[in-house]
Amino acid sequence: MLTKLITVSGPPSSGKTSVIIKMIESLPQLKEKCGVIKFDCLSALDEEHYAKNGITAQTGLAGNLCPDHYFVSNIESCFVWARDKDFKVLVTESAGLCNRCAPHLKEVLAVCVLDNLSGINTPLKTGPMVKMADVVVVTKSDLVSQAEREVFRFKIQQVNSKCRVLFINGITGQGADRLAKLVVNANAFETTENLKLRFSMPAALCSYCLGETRVGEDFQIGLNRKIKL
Amino acid sequence: MILQKEYPMVADFLSSFNLKPEDDSKNFTEIVNELPASYFEDQATDADQLFELFQEFINGLEDTQTVQSIDSLEVLAGKDKSGNSESCNLNLIPGEITCIVGPTGSGKSRLLADIEWLANADTPTGRTVLINGEKADDSKIAQMGGKLIAQITQNMNFVLDMSVEEFLRMHAQSHFMLNVEEVITEVIKLANDLSGEPFQPDTPVTFLSGGQSRALMIANVACVGQAPIVLIDEIENAGVNKKKSLDLLVKKDKIVLMATHDPLLILLADKRVVIKNGGMHKVIETNSIERDFYSELEQLDNKLQLTKDYFRYGNELKKVGDIY
Repeated sequence: MLTKLITVSGPPSSGKTSVIIKMIESLPQLKEKCGVIKFDCLSALDEEHYAKNGITAQTGLAGNLCPDHYFVSNIESCFVWARDKDFKVLVTESAGLCNRCAPHLKEVLAVCVLDNLSGINTPLKTGPMVKMADVVVVTKSDLVSQAEREVFRFKIQQVNSKCRVLFINGITGQGADRLAKLVVNANAFETTENLKLRFSMPAALCSYCLGETRVGEDFQIGLNRKIKL
Repeated sequence: MILQKEYPMVADFLSSFNLKPEDDSKNFTEIVNELPASYFEDQATDADQLFELFQEFINGLEDTQTVQSIDSLEVLAGKDKSGNSESCNLNLIPGEITCIVGPTGSGKSRLLADIEWLANADTPTGRTVLINGEKADDSKIAQMGGKLIAQITQNMNFVLDMSVEEFLRMHAQSHFMLNVEEVITEVIKLANDLSGEPFQPDTPVTFLSGGQSRALMIANVACVGQAPIVLIDEIENAGVNKKKSLDLLVKKDKIVLMATHDPLLILLADKRVVIKNGGMHKVIETNSIERDFYSELEQLDNKLQLTKDYFRYGNELKKVGDIY
């Protein structure tokens, strides 16, 4: 048996957890066969949220490391965990920190969740998470006008013309079955050994990465760039 | 770039990728080929990807004229929540108003979702949706799915920080419309007519009253939106003339769906589909007795409206006839 892997990304509070829960609930019998790993920096309360809905979830806290780098270095053991539990589907959930990276892997169904209330330029500002996604889910769109939904879709397709855009209501679950359908057709794997990131993670190697707190020029060692004013 | 002058949305495309060409004479390939490596690093993209996106964008421009046209949309019976076969099909044609009636939780959303994604016996209801008499294949579903229904509901708001004019311009451009300024003028005029409470083109959309917002949404869906189906979900009476709104949508050849419990709206429709236990129970055409009854109901409604206004404006009733 192979296990399907789905990477879900999106800015904080965009509704990733709700979308994942509704997606899982819309597929009969998936709940028992599915695990979720939530990657976060500081604290994650979502594990309880999943548990309340009868879904097995684990949290990985990146602490003072970049959460996306933390994701890549841990995805293998997460996948092994899911295989050990005989899960058919493993969903990883991660919030972007600086929007410069994306946890999306080649061949692995990549989902990005955006909030329709978050402003018209969000698709652009969210970077590779949106650009490299196969599916962009838009939440909270029941609260905005039809025109704003259409413009939001347009702005998404401007940066990622190939993706599917799905409008999902994270509270009622409306639209979640469409995502579930894509999950059913997603690629499954035996191991994550040969997987590759869709987009390289940037070099962030300066003294501040290593814990420097002082501001002055003398303390800035490594890769730096100066603002042009 | 000559394109930039002819199509303002090209400038929008360029600026969304932080491209600000100073030299108008360069074409897109030249602009991209002259970019430094640091640009691609900063923008998290590469030249091939930019070319591809630009190509898709231009394809969109060229597709402007090919607006999806729908002559009919038919929902073929599937099963209700208990697994019993539904007792009727539902046929929708442009310019016709159909109400969806049934208690909350009866399965209205499911029916809409089946239409929205052109169900092909692949949803829990097992319904099939025919478009222009044919089943939709995968490519049609990918092209149209999720774009067929424009919704207007009571709890929708404008959230963008923009003036009405800027907002409409952006929306029209996102559909690659070419006569943008004409469309803006038309939409504002229609919206003001629907609400009877005029606003100016430079009013921020977030400043509009409930009635004005609703009116703008309806006028905008009628003139700018490309969805062939418009769903109006429980809109309250206040602030917008519903009859005029429906007339406008019908005139623009939209398929109008209304989810409502308001008898005035139900009788204004050409027909209504009754939803029971998740299934389509029957389709009732509005008969002549109902149409006559509508006039009576309308008079009653006018009386109620006048009464509300009478007290709202601080009058005291001395004689019953004073109100109307």
